[in-house]
Amino acid sequence: MEKYNYKSSTLTIFMKDFRSELRTRYALNALLMFVITTLSIIMFAIGQESPSVEILAGMLWIVIFFSAMSGMSRSFVSEEERGTVMTLHLIATPASVYFGKLIFNLVLMISMNIFTVLLYFLVIPNFVVRSFDVFVITMFLGTVGLSCSATIIAAIIAKSTTKGTLYPVLSFPILLPLLLAVISATKMAIEGATIRLASGEFQILASYILVITAASYILFDYIWKD
Amino acid sequence: MKTNIKIEAINIKKVFNRTTVFSNISFILEEGSALAIAGKNGSGKSTLAKIIAGVLTPNAGEFIFSINDKEIALVNRFKYLGFVSPYLQLYEEFTALENIQIYSGVRKLNFNNKNLSSLFTKVGLFDRKGDPVRTYSSGMKQRLKYAFALLHQPPLLILDEPRSNLDSDGISIVYDIVKEQKQKGSVIIATNDKEDLQYCDSIIDLNVKVNNSNK
Repeated sequence: MEKYNYKSSTLTIFMKDFRSELRTRYALNALLMFVITTLSIIMFAIGQESPSVEILAGMLWIVIFFSAMSGMSRSFVSEEERGTVMTLHLIATPASVYFGKLIFNLVLMISMNIFTVLLYFLVIPNFVVRSFDVFVITMFLGTVGLSCSATIIAAIIAKSTTKGTLYPVLSFPILLPLLLAVISATKMAIEGATIRLASGEFQILASYILVITAASYILFDYIWKD
Repeated sequence: MKTNIKIEAINIKKVFNRTTVFSNISFILEEGSALAIAGKNGSGKSTLAKIIAGVLTPNAGEFIFSINDKEIALVNRFKYLGFVSPYLQLYEEFTALENIQIYSGVRKLNFNNKNLSSLFTKVGLFDRKGDPVRTYSSGMKQRLKYAFALLHQPPLLILDEPRSNLDSDGISIVYDIVKEQKQKGSVIIATNDKEDLQYCDSIIDLNVKVNNSNK
């Protein structure tokens, strides 16, 4: 008989979501289909043209933003739709639920962004990164920031009746500072900037992650109740 | 292990969309007793059960949940209670065994094979514990909810419509659980069934409470 030896409730909730996702593929299928469809459209739209560095960096984050919007709300919406929210209320503290869902979204987003970036390199020949270290740090910080925001927004919209529409609408103003910083840092990575030159953008991203995580941790108790 | 549980509700009121579901609900539940919440459909039996469980917040009133004379904070109340109701949903993509393992993992319980086997035997699901919950009948799901509620041996058991979807064997298991729970702690039963009420020591009639509050 399989025995659980997870050290904390948070990790058990993460593992529960991870195994559930592998079986149901709620978010995974939505994310994969979105990335493939969007990149195909971009590929056909560009054709033989050579878009500027700004456009290439912007397009990459448009794909990442909307694919996150199509899949990441599932973490809370699926619990609400299946009626298992009360079950979670009865077994775990709000903090365990929040961080369990956050780790799940983070793992999902990191995997999806690795796939998206590899595909982007493959289908967009003009997308050449000259400063690989800046690019990796940007992608990592951008993914963490996106996951932190998307998790708390998913918890907010899960109780509403217009979940699909509300999610990107509510996310956009909250994610705008993050998107502006990551697009700028990605542009710097393409142009071959050093880490020192891009450190200003990294500081913005790190501050954003800290503020959003702290605010989410405080707010989640109120969102989770009633 | 016996824990000295005491629950005190003082003038509890709940309002949904400007409609008062109930108000001025007060009661005391002590160790070793069973309390029934009765009332017609829509009188707020399930709402009151959820408020006691800490899942819903009352609009007014005070709720004191104490174990061994120490007040338990709302955020920790779930550790001391088990809850069964027809609207409680378990994870259908997992087997019954996986569900129970998840819940014991989240609750950080040291659960071994012997404990699991005796729990599944108690609720009559031992032979089907490896089947996905989505293949269960509604009665089997209700039995699994009892395993979910009893997993951590809580001092308080809250049963909302305890006989829902159960056959005669299942109902007999429920009454055995209620009798056993009264030896170890307390039980709250939200029901209209006269047979259920026989197992309770006191009754809150929400119809009477609503009538009183309207006067």
